[in-house]
Amino acid sequence: MRLRPPTLAGIVVTVVVAAIIALLPFGLSDYHRSTGATVAVFFIAILALNIVTGYTGQISIGHGAFMAVGGYTTAILTHNHGWNDLATLPVAVIAGFVAGLIVGLPALRLHGVYLALTTFAVALAVPQLVSNYSKFTGGVVGLSLPSHSGLWLYEVSWAVAGIMFVCAWLLLRGRTGRAFRAIRDSEVAAASSGVTLAVYKTVAFGVSAAMAALAGSLYVLVNSYASPTIFGLTLSLYILIGAVVGGLGSLWGVLVGAAFVELLPLGLTSAGVGSSQSVPVIFGAVVIGVMALLPLGAANLLRMFLHFGSQIGQHSDNPLGTEGR
Amino acid sequence: MAIRPTTSWIVPAGLAAICLFLVIGSLDSALFAQQTVSGLANGGIYASLAVALVLIYRATEVINFAQGALATFTTYIAWQLFAWGLSYWEGFFATLAIAFVVGFGVELVAIRPVERRGNQLTVVIAAIGLLILVEGAIGWIWGNDIKFMPPPFPAHIYRVGGVSFSRQDLSTIGISIAAVVLLWLFFQFTKVGLAMRAAAVRPDAARLVGVRVSWMLSLGWGLAAVLGAVAGLMAAASPATLLQPSMMDSVLIYAFAAAVLGGLESAAGAVIGALLIGVALNLLSAYVSWVTPQLLLPVAFLLMLVFLLVKPSGLFGRTRVRKV
Repeated sequence: MRLRPPTLAGIVVTVVVAAIIALLPFGLSDYHRSTGATVAVFFIAILALNIVTGYTGQISIGHGAFMAVGGYTTAILTHNHGWNDLATLPVAVIAGFVAGLIVGLPALRLHGVYLALTTFAVALAVPQLVSNYSKFTGGVVGLSLPSHSGLWLYEVSWAVAGIMFVCAWLLLRGRTGRAFRAIRDSEVAAASSGVTLAVYKTVAFGVSAAMAALAGSLYVLVNSYASPTIFGLTLSLYILIGAVVGGLGSLWGVLVGAAFVELLPLGLTSAGVGSSQSVPVIFGAVVIGVMALLPLGAANLLRMFLHFGSQIGQHSDNPLGTEGR
Repeated sequence: MAIRPTTSWIVPAGLAAICLFLVIGSLDSALFAQQTVSGLANGGIYASLAVALVLIYRATEVINFAQGALATFTTYIAWQLFAWGLSYWEGFFATLAIAFVVGFGVELVAIRPVERRGNQLTVVIAAIGLLILVEGAIGWIWGNDIKFMPPPFPAHIYRVGGVSFSRQDLSTIGISIAAVVLLWLFFQFTKVGLAMRAAAVRPDAARLVGVRVSWMLSLGWGLAAVLGAVAGLMAAASPATLLQPSMMDSVLIYAFAAAVLGGLESAAGAVIGALLIGVALNLLSAYVSWVTPQLLLPVAFLLMLVFLLVKPSGLFGRTRVRKV
């Protein structure tokens, strides 16, 4: 794949979107500002998943677990040890990186479906571990943190999200990103072109988990408490849904995916379409519908508009790695 | 694609050793025997769901994450039928019939349109969407509070040489085995079963000889839903599980582990894997003091991971030669 320098249109779009996001909180109520902060949290988490699943082709259903690692790092340091909550973010990143390496190492031997099921089990196991070791984690009750204003949360979350977006772009545009994509497209071909699979796959997991942990820390700050339930299986599933609905292997799709998983359920409720009981039903149906109509995600729709269909069908990711039988 | 079967003596020898260990332990201690039997009963529940997963995986190479939710949904239908006054066995078989229709319909409405254009990942996401939809629908229709199922039999304890077995456990084992054996007979000795196997192994060749492959897939989903309903009914009948929307979540993960242990493509492997997991978890929680109920799932996961790292293709999985 040829490296493209950033185009003028790309820069303009980036600046405009960044400006809209930066100015948006001044037109919102404090409640909606913290909703906006949650969108930023999902943005970071989906960006993280995109690195490992969208670009490297290693499916993970367990990113909620990495968020839990970061979230509980922040919660424990703030609640039990009196740290300033922003100072815990770098520690959360390191903890997430280590957790990602631990999961990434067995992932070297597991492919496709087996990796999906293993990470799924991680997503289920971590909340159980958290409630078991209640001495540190507060168990099922959780840990509470000092709360912040919606504006503070919005600005901090989106500032971090912006930095992460740039980091991801820098990582993915160069040599490392090329190695990741080579692994995604064909592991054998990548290995024979000199890409050390073990190193790059583990690094992809580590970086992705570190970023997800950061999202988890912010998630805890936005909620101002940490409990096993907010890091449950649903969180992991929503991140994966967001990544696929937005479009795997696309950085712009991440924004669409984050808005989809956080704003659609809220929008349905406030529009009076659904009650709290029926929203999951509608949300699930919409997910199935999107998969039927836009199997490659919203990013591909954008591509179709830009290229008038010239590239449809050429872009087929197969992150499950199940080649033809 | 070249397929090399893994014919090794290690797997049968290991299984024989495990069986020997269980038999000797059971002869030695009554508690051990009881724990083993109730472990086998749990394993029977996992086995039904695991075979359902294998059924769909073999046909489409997709793991159906909604299998547990569908099983819970059909169990709620059974509860509703009992509430309307049907006897247990009337309700049981009516539920299985409804489950078949539900599974068949779900494939037709939710999975087939996605499968036509997407890849495996899109189908997996659609299944996850289905999981959210079905669990939401259960809460919407029946509420999130716990329901109580009538027991299939009056409680009874059999005593054999100082060891007491509950009728509940024995019937769970019996019904699960019966369901799996019936399914095996169906696949082995009926024309439809043969067509389904053909559609799963070589879809294009099957199409050439006149098998309607897409209908076979719907049929597979229907049968998988029936097995799921059996698992759900057995789980709900057990006093340890309560009927609530998330009832099958942990069962699903053990069924996943069982299917993976068995190599994902082998129904027999899934059954053996499920029984091993059921017994192992029961014995662990009975004899190892630090394994609390919360730690059961992480421990099961750790065992599965260690096993996978040693033998990534499962007990009876085929090692595939990857081609570029």
